[in-house]
Amino acid sequence: MTKRINLPITDEDIKDLNAGDSVLLTGTIITGRDAAHKRLFELIEKGEELPVDIRGELIYYVGPAPAKPGYAVGPAGPTSSYRMDKYAPALLDLGLKGMIGKGARSQAVIDSIVKNNCVYFAAIGGAAALIAKSIKKEELLCYEDLGTEAVRRYTVEDFPCIVAVDSRGNNVYETEPKKYAKS
Amino acid sequence: MEPRNITCGEITAAVKKLFIDCNYFIGEDILSALKKSREKEGSPVGKSVLDQIIENDILAAKEELPLCQDTGMAVLFVEYGDKVFVTGGSFEEAVNEGVRQAYRDGYLRKSVVSDPVFDRVNTKDNTPAVIHTRVVPGDKIKITAGGKGFGSENMSAVKMLTPSYGAEGVKQFILDTVRAAGPNPCPPIVVGVGIGGTFERAAQLAKKATFRPIDTDNPDQRYADMEKELLDGINKMGFGPAGLGGSTTAIGVNIETAPTHIAGMPVAVNICCHAARHASAEI
Repeated sequence: MTKRINLPITDEDIKDLNAGDSVLLTGTIITGRDAAHKRLFELIEKGEELPVDIRGELIYYVGPAPAKPGYAVGPAGPTSSYRMDKYAPALLDLGLKGMIGKGARSQAVIDSIVKNNCVYFAAIGGAAALIAKSIKKEELLCYEDLGTEAVRRYTVEDFPCIVAVDSRGNNVYETEPKKYAKS
Repeated sequence: MEPRNITCGEITAAVKKLFIDCNYFIGEDILSALKKSREKEGSPVGKSVLDQIIENDILAAKEELPLCQDTGMAVLFVEYGDKVFVTGGSFEEAVNEGVRQAYRDGYLRKSVVSDPVFDRVNTKDNTPAVIHTRVVPGDKIKITAGGKGFGSENMSAVKMLTPSYGAEGVKQFILDTVRAAGPNPCPPIVVGVGIGGTFERAAQLAKKATFRPIDTDNPDQRYADMEKELLDGINKMGFGPAGLGGSTTAIGVNIETAPTHIAGMPVAVNICCHAARHASAEI
């Protein structure tokens, strides 16, 4: 069954999600990956204000390709999430409600997801052209100098993803491969 | 054989086309393997992921879009004929100009930073390319090129095995590397393996192996058997498409070998995502 969620995501929405659920997201999300996370994390460490309000938001780990003329955005699939593991708990503590990426997370991130009632969604890595069809608009928020790694706001309609880690800490990357392992 | 002039412009144009083509059009070997795997995949989620990947690759080709946003670092294997004389500039600059034009005019992502540790400032044109050149007899230049994404590149490994490890040790290291990569390198993956040579030769062979079509076997039957055995072993791990569970963790294992030292048996494993992009041209 596919669940539809209108953003911003609520605490109740998050509680209703279970690891493995297919989800379609509609509304706005923000983007950020390695370089932007490093900058945000350094500001948090110094106790300074962030250039973007992350409270209540979902962040998509993505560095899109440039948009061809006539397209709202270029291909925009997820990047590997583990590289943001060092930074994610600090952002969740500040009110970020979830992350969209691909691949496994550290135990520290999973613990922080549970503690803060958050969620981690997986998008399909390498399905970038297809995923971009669900992104209708983009707006630059900050760190323009980072190029593809700048922080943007995406307006999405029926953005497809799967609940990879739910708010109780259930983790599909842990449970699902075991069901199909033969060795 | 007479010396032959090739202009920088010809090289640039060929390189530009290779990088745009490989990023828009997935190889028939990959697409066919994805479709076959989809029929055999036992996991409903795995089937659905494979459907999305196939749909994505068909869409990208139809609309001439990069199939993945990570259009990679530009890697080229060049067989440079020893009778070729490049006119109008240097070979390396002609290649980099081709990369620059492909990534600009093809709307490909610029993913290269100039300094790896301190500055990490984007070069904004995806140069410089990684160019492996071998001088061969002849008056042509043959180029095999690919954009290498780093989600999978980061999961790669080299190990200096020694002779007593034998074939079992080689297979174990390859399987361990794939298992450690787990869901991260965008499975189903293509595994390129380089065995022999020196430390750097093994790594180069592994990359070259990822550029070989996956519907081809190593010409030495013993390595062809090892490729098949490894593919079966990897697909028993259960990671499946996108790492969300299933029997399709890899769609190809390619092994390339080279003579090595009496004391050594280097093994390199270069992992590539399902968007295993490469294209060839001869000038």
